[in-house]
Parts: sequence; structure tokens; C-alpha cells
Amino acid sequence: MADTENVSGVEIQLDNVTKRYPGSREPAVRDVTMTIPAGKIVILVGPSGCGKTTTMRMINRLIEPSSGTITIGGEDALRLNADTLRRKVGYAIQQAGLFPHFTVAQNISVVPGLLGWERGRINDRVDEMMDLVGLDPAQYRDRFPRQLSGGQQQRVGVARALAADPPVLLMDEPFGAVDPITRGNLQDELLRLQTDLRKTIVFVTHDFDEAVKLGDKIAVLGDQSTIQQYDTPEAILANPANDMVAGFVGAGASLKQLTLLRVRDVDYEDIALTAPADESPATLRQRMIEQNRTYALVLDQRRRPLRWVHVRALSTASSLTGAGTPVGDSVSTQSTLHDALEAILAEGGHAVVTGTRGEYVGMIDITTVTDTIKQLREEHEAGSAAS
Amino acid sequence: MSSTTKPQGFSTESGSRRADRIRLLAQPAAVVVLVGAVLVWAFTRNNDAIEAESINAGVLLTKTGEHLLITAVVAAIVTGIAVPLGVLLTRSWARPVAPLFIAIANIGQAAPALGVLVLFFLWTEWEGLWCAALPIAFYSLLPVLRNTITGIESVDPALVDAGRGIGMSSSGVLFRIELPLAVPLVLAGLRTALVLAVGTATLAFFVNGGGLGELVDTGYKLNRVPVLVVGAVLAVGLALIVDWIGAVLEEYLGPKGLA
Repeated sequence: MADTENVSGVEIQLDNVTKRYPGSREPAVRDVTMTIPAGKIVILVGPSGCGKTTTMRMINRLIEPSSGTITIGGEDALRLNADTLRRKVGYAIQQAGLFPHFTVAQNISVVPGLLGWERGRINDRVDEMMDLVGLDPAQYRDRFPRQLSGGQQQRVGVARALAADPPVLLMDEPFGAVDPITRGNLQDELLRLQTDLRKTIVFVTHDFDEAVKLGDKIAVLGDQSTIQQYDTPEAILANPANDMVAGFVGAGASLKQLTLLRVRDVDYEDIALTAPADESPATLRQRMIEQNRTYALVLDQRRRPLRWVHVRALSTASSLTGAGTPVGDSVSTQSTLHDALEAILAEGGHAVVTGTRGEYVGMIDITTVTDTIKQLREEHEAGSAAS
Repeated sequence: MSSTTKPQGFSTESGSRRADRIRLLAQPAAVVVLVGAVLVWAFTRNNDAIEAESINAGVLLTKTGEHLLITAVVAAIVTGIAVPLGVLLTRSWARPVAPLFIAIANIGQAAPALGVLVLFFLWTEWEGLWCAALPIAFYSLLPVLRNTITGIESVDPALVDAGRGIGMSSSGVLFRIELPLAVPLVLAGLRTALVLAVGTATLAFFVNGGGLGELVDTGYKLNRVPVLVVGAVLAVGLALIVDWIGAVLEEYLGPKGLA
């Protein structure tokens, strides 16, 4: 495997790129200039027919730009032989586009074969790629695409696109045709792959939620592929640049924002009164009365939350292990604020936050969540006002 | 007229594998029984001198051989012309002229085979094998040409896009993706063309091309029913066998992974 510290992707630069089809007055893509940073996932998102796919297909010259320049890793893409260029740019499409008369292994071998790799190296690479996308080579190598599920076909599609280790990967709605659960899994897989591979990925979708989940940066495109806003998902959600972007972000922007934030990023507080499970109910009751608390959190020896006890229950309880009610949903510092909100709602106003080993670290409540959202909006508004 | 011959293989209406297997064996078996019975009858009856002139192993083998040769030559010409022509006509730069070639091939098939044969003979003044094979090939061209075009055009454009997108050249896409996926339709067209060719090869004797038609003609003109029957039954048997071979080819030469 490649050194995980290294970004294997390269920067893509589009300068004043326009595509004009003969016979139509308006260009399909008008004067697009954007920089796609090396090793990042950039999502092109926009309504159907806005030219996002056309823009992407100009990068590997399946569509030739009418004017403008495109450089990939500093090299002028328009000067290269188109076939040579495409062998260095991975390409994955909706419904995978696998060749039905090729086996899984043959499909993955196509680009290494075109590049003239020798047989043994190709075979090793096929196994490596199948492992990478989570398909057992022994079981699936010689199957035909028809014999795979939609999700498995899509994995093979990604493996084929990555087989020759291209620095750049273009993905055209690759998960558009699979069911929502499989799509979620494939998205998670892609993010996992990307943490190791660090390719430059250009990803086209019309699904804004997918864009938020996958993108390091999102370009919201309007008619003729004009860039309405090009920023991080957080910034777009917090502060849409115009009505078109706001409309596309849609209702529930705040909820979507919660999926981007982790509990560790917000100020949760250590406000609960805690007690070890072996403390006697009488001494705990004494402490609670002194501190004027009605509830205490009972922890086990490794400080993991066990139960909530009410001060009145302690007068009759013989030990803390049986008193009160068990702790229901808790959230870890790794959880998204979206999951935290779910736990807060289920637990009635606040939820226990646990650390990496499951130990109690604090409490999070609904005001923490609302304050965070408010603060983010103010930051992004201040940021865009300043720029 | 614009309908396309669908790849059938051995699938029957019911589509069951069992029916397929039965047909795989039944068709040649039926031919062997039919032809065998007729030959036994023809050879064991009291043939007069004129009948014996035709009903003997040497003549029957020669005529069957001539008939097969015409068919093979026609198949070669049709494959050699119709498949490359069909491929060319699907290239984007040739699309505008495709209807012209389809129209010419349509004329070839719509005109009576005997008419085409005789006109070709009058025009070239050739005779024999080539004078028979060329017009019959023209007559059988259409199914292969049309199926090649349809076969290539019915390849999912997303596959062509994927092929180009990962760096295959346009000829790479043609030879590795488009043509292999068009093979079932091309073979179905070829099978139809072969059956047409075997049938029309019975007319080859008009231009001195030989074949089983000559037996039929002899039997008719000299009023010798056994000769006529033997010629006709052999022609029918040959057509069924050629059709069967076509089915076997469709079954085993098509690309894997599509079923």
C-alpha cells in the first residue's frame, strides 16, 4: 500500500472552460473556473440538466471543451492524447458500466492491460483491488457482473476505476442506482478508501445529502454549470450564498449540519453528580442534599455510566447497583451531533457523553446543540461579510 | 420488413431447458431417420436404367457436395461482406448512408431469387458455382447486415461510454465490447441467411451450378418420381441440418455472462 501520509492525488484546474454545442445558442457550460485541490473530494451538485456531468466529462475529455484550459497536476489535459489521458484518470459511472461478457477480474484488468502491465502484476493487482473494495477474490474473481448484486457491481466499478492507481478519480452519480441502505454503505466505504488513498475525486450527484456526507468541498451549480457557491459543506449549510443554493440545500439545513459535527467539537460539560457503584446509598444521599441535587449518575469501577438515581429512592435502597433506572442512550465523543440530538430527545432533555473507552466524560443537552448551530451561523455570516 | 431476427439458440416457446435438450437431439435424429428411410426405399426398389443413372451413391454425394459448397461459399461471402459493412454503417460518420445500404439489401431479398439468379447470368454470362453463389449471397445478405447493425446499436451506450472513459480506443471498444456483445444477433442473422442460402441453392442448376435442384429437375423432366423425391428430401434434410448447426453455433459461440 501507498504511504498513507502522502496525498496521491493531484490538483485539477479549470480555467474559463466553456462548452458550446453546434446549433444551440446558449452554451451548455459557460466560463467555469475552479480549482479542485489535490487529495480532496469535490462534489459537483446541481439540478438535472445544469451541465454538471458535462463539466466533469470535459476533465477526461469524453467531451471536448469549446474553449478554456484544463490542467491536471500541472499538465495541460487538452494537449495529451485523449486515450492516454483517460488511462490516468479513473472513471466510475452509474450502474457501474461493467462489461457484461467480462468476468470481475477481466473488468478490473482492463486499464492495467491497456497500460501494458505484465500478466502476473495484473493478477496481483486484481486481488489487491478486490480486497480493497471488500470482495473476496477467491469467491468473486471469475463471476460475471450479472451474478453480482447492484452494490457489488458498484464496488467492482470502483475497483476498475482505481486499478491503475490513477491520481484522479471521476465519479458520475456512481451510487445513484442502488437502494438507500447499500448507498449508505458504499458512501462509508468510499470515505474509508479515501482516508488511505487520498485521491483527487470529482463526484457528480444531484443528491445534496450525499454531497454533504462525502464532500470536502461542494460546488453548487446552476444553469450552464455556473458556480453558485463553492465551499465546504459546513459553510454552505450555515450560510447559503443565494436563493438558488438555499433552495437546493432545502429544508432541514440545520439538521444536515448536525451530521457534520462531532460531539467532541462542542462544549459538553461535566455537570452530573457521579457516584461509584460501591458507595453506600446513605452517604450519596447526604452528598446530594448538601449539593442540592435531585439526580446522581452511578458509575462502575471503570467509570462507565450505569444508572440514574433519584434522591428519594436512596432512602429505601440497600445498594446503588439496584436503585433508580438504567442509563438508556448515551453518546460517545465520536458521535455526530445528529445522533446526540436523537439521544437527547429519547432521554428527555440531556444525554450522557462517554469517551473512547466508554467512560463518563460529561453531559450534553438541547441548549448545547442549539448554541452550536447559532454560533456556526454567526461565524459563517461574519466570514462572508468580511470577504 | 424492419423486423430483426431474434437470437433463438435452442430455446423453444416454453423456454424450458429440457425442451432445448430434446430439440438439440431430436432435430438431427429426425433428419437422419427421414433421409435414411427415403434412401433405403430408393436404393432397394427396382430402379430402371434412367433412375439408376441418378440414384447411386456417387451422384447423390456429388450433388450434395455441390449443394454444400454453394452454401459454404454463400456463407463466406455474406459474412465477409455483411458483417464489416454492418460495422462500418454503425460508425457515426456513416450513419447518414446506412439507410441506402439497407434499402439495397432489402431489394436483394424482396426480388425473387430465381429472377436475381437469371438476370445475373444474363448480365455476366458466367455459369457454374460463382454465377450461382454471388446472386444467392446478395439475396441472403439482408438478415446478417441488418442484425449486425441492430446488434451493435443495441449495445448499451453506457458501456461504450465506460470503455472510452477508462481509456480504450474506439477500435478497442468496437472489437472488445461492441462486436462481442453483437455476436448473438449476428449469428441469428447468419443462421437465417444460411437457411435461405440452402433453400435457394436448389435453383443453382439453372445456371449450371449443380446441387440437389438438379435431381429434382431430372426427376420432373423425365417423369421419374423416385429421383424427384430423393432430391427433394435431401434438400429438406440439408436445410434442417444447416439450421441445426446454426443453432449450435448460437448456443456455444455467443459471449458468456449474458444469461
